[in-house]
Amino acid sequence: MKEVKFTDQAIEEMHKHLVASYPHEGCGFFYGKIGDRKEIVEIREVENQNKTNPERIFEIAPIDYVKAERYAIENDLDLIGVYHSHPDHPAVPSATDLKFAQPNFSYVIVSIVKGEVAATSSWTLNEANKFIQEQRRKTNNKRLKN
Amino acid sequence: MAKIIIPTPLRKFTGNQASFETNSETVYDAMEALAAAFPEIQKHLFDDQSQIRNFLRIYLGDEDINVLDKEKTSLKADDVLSIIPAIAGGKN
Repeated sequence: MKEVKFTDQAIEEMHKHLVASYPHEGCGFFYGKIGDRKEIVEIREVENQNKTNPERIFEIAPIDYVKAERYAIENDLDLIGVYHSHPDHPAVPSATDLKFAQPNFSYVIVSIVKGEVAATSSWTLNEANKFIQEQRRKTNNKRLKN
Repeated sequence: MAKIIIPTPLRKFTGNQASFETNSETVYDAMEALAAAFPEIQKHLFDDQSQIRNFLRIYLGDEDINVLDKEKTSLKADDVLSIIPAIAGGKN
């Protein structure tokens, strides 16, 4: 199983954002360093651009993606992936998640049930374009060097 | 030369190269030049009809090429193109 590490702060900030977004889906990017494993040190919220069905769908505007790539370059970080919530639904990828999934990105899904965090999982595509779960661990590194 | 910023998910196919410079005169030619330099990225940029994939957006600076001249948009020496994958999903 592939491994992805998060700081407590990154997890807390992500959970806080997604609880506040409930009952809508919240979304954002996370950043860190990709070496032997992925180490995530920072998350940044992004507005869910889906206004017709935000309880079930999230969309990130293209210009927000451009800004995310720029932020990573300017701060000497790697853009590692995307997080989003599944309100009152399990933390497993849906067919829609798979349809839009990018190779090499990590996808963190947080299940929010009745306004509270119920589960958090991380996924990535394998060579066959299927989601496989990544093992999630904690790291104490607040800021990682190259 | 114009510069193409490669999105992080596709850098695996460019040997982790984050950008690519080209003398191409249009957006489409620039994308073809990128695919010629890194053949593994081809299928992620173009569909079977050699059209730029539906799920990709291309920005010239901060402008979507769809509000310019689309794939035929001309490039100048200091232009910066960004390839943007569609980022979406949800429990649906």
